[in-house]
Amino acid sequence: MTTSITPTAAATPLILSAHQVTKRFGGLIAVREVDFDIPAGSIVSLIGPNGAGKTTFFNVVAGLYDPTSGGVDFMGQPMVARPVRTWAEPLFWTALPVPVFIASLLVLGAGANLAGQVLLLAAFVLMVASLLVAVIRPPWYLALLTRASIFRSARPHEIVTLGIGRTFQNIRLFQNMTALENVLVGMHARLHASPLDAALRLRRHVREEQTGRDQAIHWLSYVGLEHREDDLARNLPYGDQRRLEIARALASRPKLLLLDEPTAGMNPVETGQMTELFSRIRDELGVTLLLIEHDMRVVMGVSDRVTVLDHGEKIAEGPPDVVRADPRVIEAYLGKGATA
Amino acid sequence: MSGSVHRDGPPAAGRNANDVRERARRYLGVARANLGRHQSVTITLAMAVVMVVLPVVAQLPPFNGFGRLNDYVFGFADAGVYVLLALGLNVVVGLAGLLDLGYAAFFAIGAYTMAYGASGFSGLGTPFWIMLPIGAFSAAIFGLLLGAPTLRLRGDYLAIVTLGFGEIVPVVFRNADPYTNGTNGITSIAQPNLYGLLGIHGFGFTNPWPFYVTILVIITIATMLLYRVQDSRLGRAWVAVREDELAAASMGINTVSTKLLAFSIGASTSGLAGVFFAAKLSSVSPEQFGFTVSFTALAMVVLGGMGNIWGVMAGAFVIYEIQSQGLKQLGNFVQGLGIPAFSVGPMTVDLSSINFLNYQYLLYGLALVLMMLLRPEGLFPSRRRREELHEAEEAAATDALSGAAGEA
Repeated sequence: MTTSITPTAAATPLILSAHQVTKRFGGLIAVREVDFDIPAGSIVSLIGPNGAGKTTFFNVVAGLYDPTSGGVDFMGQPMVARPVRTWAEPLFWTALPVPVFIASLLVLGAGANLAGQVLLLAAFVLMVASLLVAVIRPPWYLALLTRASIFRSARPHEIVTLGIGRTFQNIRLFQNMTALENVLVGMHARLHASPLDAALRLRRHVREEQTGRDQAIHWLSYVGLEHREDDLARNLPYGDQRRLEIARALASRPKLLLLDEPTAGMNPVETGQMTELFSRIRDELGVTLLLIEHDMRVVMGVSDRVTVLDHGEKIAEGPPDVVRADPRVIEAYLGKGATA
Repeated sequence: MSGSVHRDGPPAAGRNANDVRERARRYLGVARANLGRHQSVTITLAMAVVMVVLPVVAQLPPFNGFGRLNDYVFGFADAGVYVLLALGLNVVVGLAGLLDLGYAAFFAIGAYTMAYGASGFSGLGTPFWIMLPIGAFSAAIFGLLLGAPTLRLRGDYLAIVTLGFGEIVPVVFRNADPYTNGTNGITSIAQPNLYGLLGIHGFGFTNPWPFYVTILVIITIATMLLYRVQDSRLGRAWVAVREDELAAASMGINTVSTKLLAFSIGASTSGLAGVFFAAKLSSVSPEQFGFTVSFTALAMVVLGGMGNIWGVMAGAFVIYEIQSQGLKQLGNFVQGLGIPAFSVGPMTVDLSSINFLNYQYLLYGLALVLMMLLRPEGLFPSRRRREELHEAEEAAATDALSGAAGEA
């Protein structure tokens, strides 16, 4: 597919860039060769009919799934396929040439000179080929390393440390913890006191707990949950639970915030407040947002750019007005006759 | 409501009562906040009170009729071992939500560490006080080793693997003769020694008080540390992992290291218990660390109230005392009633000949069944656990309500 860097995107640095991401579940290709760029400081939406692969793509970005092929760069660094056991990689280089070399020695020792020399030559060729592969690193080689868990994608918790926060389509708060504790858990990656610090009540721990608590209260009031810090998450009304999820994600100080259907099940007033919150998060905190959304008013109202997925493929991308008029999008949403 | 009725002038008596109640509530709140702030002081004071109250209660009727004070205090020291076990298991099961059925393994490792490090068998004469941290440390290491392969497992599968580990450890101790003296176990383990401090040298076998005070001090310190960790970043991570592992990972919690730490911190507490147990008994053998120990500790945690440190401690103490004293006294009591034997059809029932100790596990089982039916959150539940367990009921109630509303 063609790379799709629009003139505006080229001007601003990309915070996230996915290239040729494919995710296959058995025979089903949920996401097929999707290129996707998010310029820093923008609000980007991902839409599409049910089953279009939006959430799958989202989970690849959030580190829950390894993509079958392709990769994701975050702030210029590859996020997927990061080496973890580099010491084991040389074993792969020797996996083919060394056994052939040993075989050639055995054959030579047995007196079959010609066959031995052929094998020796083969071992040499294989060695050169292995080294070339190791230097060039073609995709299948990386896939092999990934399968042998020498390379692997960043785990979800590492993604948070990198600076990506997320919410869930079906709210996944820690239901029996208070609102404050939920936000404190969200802060986990930004707190550093060790269990030993806590056990000995070192100043580091005490100070961190205090500032953490203050910050958590700040985040709660930022999303409009003043004085609810001691309420259990599950006792909060539905809309407030969605807000709490956003506060929890913001507490990890993300640079990119992934919101999976953040206004699902909300009434128009709540949706309006939510949209306003998105703009505030972008403008005041400088956080880039990626939305998956069904509510077209939200998508068209707040997004700088909209990407449409259908059957796992990207079918349109651009400013909301352009995408809205795109015949392929209308077809995907309303069926074939609608374009005529 | 009453406020709106008596808006102009509420009766003086009612207002006074309300005032008093309001003031009491405020003082209680202040007291609670202060206790929370000076938690370690509170724990120390509470344990000191416990230390004094237990022997005093043992002197009061009817308890003074059941045995001598010294026997009681020996029993309390043994109960303390189980309190420590329950405290550690509470971290694994109650906080992190990992069902561990092989917890006795760490107890065994602590005890054998003490036995190897401070007995004539190995020739090493390390003092008890140094063996305490060493035992805790070695149990923690084995906690990590057990934890590592089980991290991908949840619920039932994890329970089975830990059960296996719990069975393996005593078998290894039984068969590794050169290091553990096989089935005979290691005897003549060195006693704790204060080297003349407070006039005490070796603790001996006749005076239970040094053991009693020692175990209470160990429990106090363990409780303090566990409370602090529970209220820290790690403690929150444990609860978050228990509540929703996927969401916890997506919030930046390394679920692997969080669970490993739960295993090893739980194991280290158990290791402390093991070291004390070996030193007090002065001998260890493999059959002391069977499945019943794991099971008893788990029952203590569940009955006491998962996730609540004080509840678990109380649960462990109560169950231990019922086991060691209660059942015997129940037998004596029934015997004392002098109910004559009567026959039910072909059977002859002689209540006074029943030895209740033999029915220990039957009664245990009954208690567990009743408890789970009537009060699944345990005797002294943590607020969070109570909420969790009544969630389902409430959901059912709301469903019923909305269903009724829908029909109406």
